[in-house]
Amino acid sequence: MSRLTLLALQVLVAVVCIVLWQVLSTVPVFGKILLPPFFFSNPVDVFSQIVKWFASGVIWKHLAITLWESILAFVIGSLGGVLVGFWFARQPTVAAVFDPYVKMANALPRVVLAPIFALWLGLGIWSKVALGVTLVFFIVFFNVYQGVKEVSRTVLDNGRMLGMSERQLMQHVYWPSALSWMFSSLHTSVGFAVVGAVVGEYLGSAAGLGYLIQQAEGVFDVAGVFAGMFVLSAFVILIDTGVTLVERRLLVWRPTAADGRG
Amino acid sequence: MTTPTAVALEDAKVAFRLADERIYTAVEKAHLTVAQGEFVAIVGPTGCGKSTLLNVAAGLLKPAAGSVKIFDRPLAGLNRDAGYLFQADALFPWKTALDNVAIGLEIKGTPRTEALPRAQKWLTSVGLGAFAGRYPHMLSGGQRKRVALAQVLIRDPKILLMDEPFGPLDAQTRQVMGNLLLDLWSADRKAVLFVTHDLEEAIALADRVVIMSAGPSSRIIGDWRVTLPRPRDIFEVRLDREFHALHREIWSVLKDEVMKGYAQSTQAAEAV
Ligand SMILES: Nc1ncnc2c1ncn2[C@@H]1O[C@H](COP(=O)(O)OP(=O)(O)OP(=O)(O)O)[C@@H](O)[C@H]1O
Ligand SMILES: [Mg+2]
Repeated sequence: MSRLTLLALQVLVAVVCIVLWQVLSTVPVFGKILLPPFFFSNPVDVFSQIVKWFASGVIWKHLAITLWESILAFVIGSLGGVLVGFWFARQPTVAAVFDPYVKMANALPRVVLAPIFALWLGLGIWSKVALGVTLVFFIVFFNVYQGVKEVSRTVLDNGRMLGMSERQLMQHVYWPSALSWMFSSLHTSVGFAVVGAVVGEYLGSAAGLGYLIQQAEGVFDVAGVFAGMFVLSAFVILIDTGVTLVERRLLVWRPTAADGRG
Repeated sequence: MTTPTAVALEDAKVAFRLADERIYTAVEKAHLTVAQGEFVAIVGPTGCGKSTLLNVAAGLLKPAAGSVKIFDRPLAGLNRDAGYLFQADALFPWKTALDNVAIGLEIKGTPRTEALPRAQKWLTSVGLGAFAGRYPHMLSGGQRKRVALAQVLIRDPKILLMDEPFGPLDAQTRQVMGNLLLDLWSADRKAVLFVTHDLEEAIALADRVVIMSAGPSSRIIGDWRVTLPRPRDIFEVRLDREFHALHREIWSVLKDEVMKGYAQSTQAAEAV
């Protein structure tokens, strides 16, 4: 299938869905509207709500706040994950001692922490950042830990035989290996940073996309809820595209499935 | 004055502790010396402990008994005089071919601007000048071996440990690579310990061919001197009469071990 046909088919799916939605929510079938506007709104209303947000410019502030929270959550969570991951991987005793607690903390559904963070850090951005950090941290931590542990024995021996000191092994062997594992989970961790920010906003804040959705929901403005969801999806897709670009640049050395050789 | 001994394994015994706490003796009482400037090839059936012996000479593995001496000094820790060409892939996958070769110098503190052109020269001399920018996964198995060879040689080690360096190559390329290796080696005559499962290759390349018996508790059961004149051409030397005589003689010993090694490994597999 050529790229163009693929794109055409993808667009077709969207068009069919939107048309169905519009028709079923405005035209009665056998005297009954299948998608009552009160619960489902309709595409035209949703679209005009989005246009209104962008035209008046209110949306930018919310987007900026959510983006900022996501970035902070990602950076802080990754940094912590890398440091602790490295430390644990190089100090098996430490890892063994903390193992049950790490498992326990990771098993906890992070949403329950949101009220606590709000209590500790207030309703500003930091309580949302903290929520995002708890999500990002564990993903990065596990991957870096794995990356350092799974360095090929032969590659490590080769480094040693070439005369590398512990520090040089760190720099030329452990670090690149850990980074590659971390980057392989980049999409997940960036996604979770956004989830942390939005869920945090939704549960209590004064700005951000999550706040926008929560506000609309509060007054049963279904069009507003859907509009917020669409803006959020577009936002995530945009960030994800950015991540893909970064990934392509940084992981050129990795074989891709297209190479046909593992 | 006699030539100094580069590597001396004296009654080295190597044992591994298996997962079920049993001890597996891979090599028993191995006695092996490599003089300075000497090219020694080790041949033996698969699983007999050839890589194990190289690991001992490299200092990556400590013998359970016996001693290892490098230039007449007992080896403690890693063997700093040796360059090791591993049997498995050992290139850094995140570095290009050029960086993989240059790293050998950079580790020693050579500035990058100086290391890179020298690395490029080495890549060219193993026939990969045009592949400098490729990552290991974009190279064929044989090309990776050659990059690894350049990576080891650029450091100019006094001792060269090579574990089936031409393993993944086809017969023709093996000969080309063999000649290349002999050329590089004749320039400064390092002590070489060369593992191969190809007896013809061993005779064509080496000054001495050492045969190991099938494991477990494998031993060195033969040591032949190859007096074919140098410089040799790997392809032509195979037509030599002396080559054939020696080949027949060594093969008569090796054949039994190969059969034994094969029988033992199938038995072991059935027992599992
Ligand atoms: N870490 C280990 N633990 C247990 N047994 C091992 C270990 N490493 C090697 N062995 C065993 O020691 C024996 C010798 O292994 P070695 O890798 O030296 O064989 P080899 O002669 O290099 O074989 P090949 O020609 O197939 O490379 C084998 O039987 C192998 O199973
Ligand atoms: Mg081997």
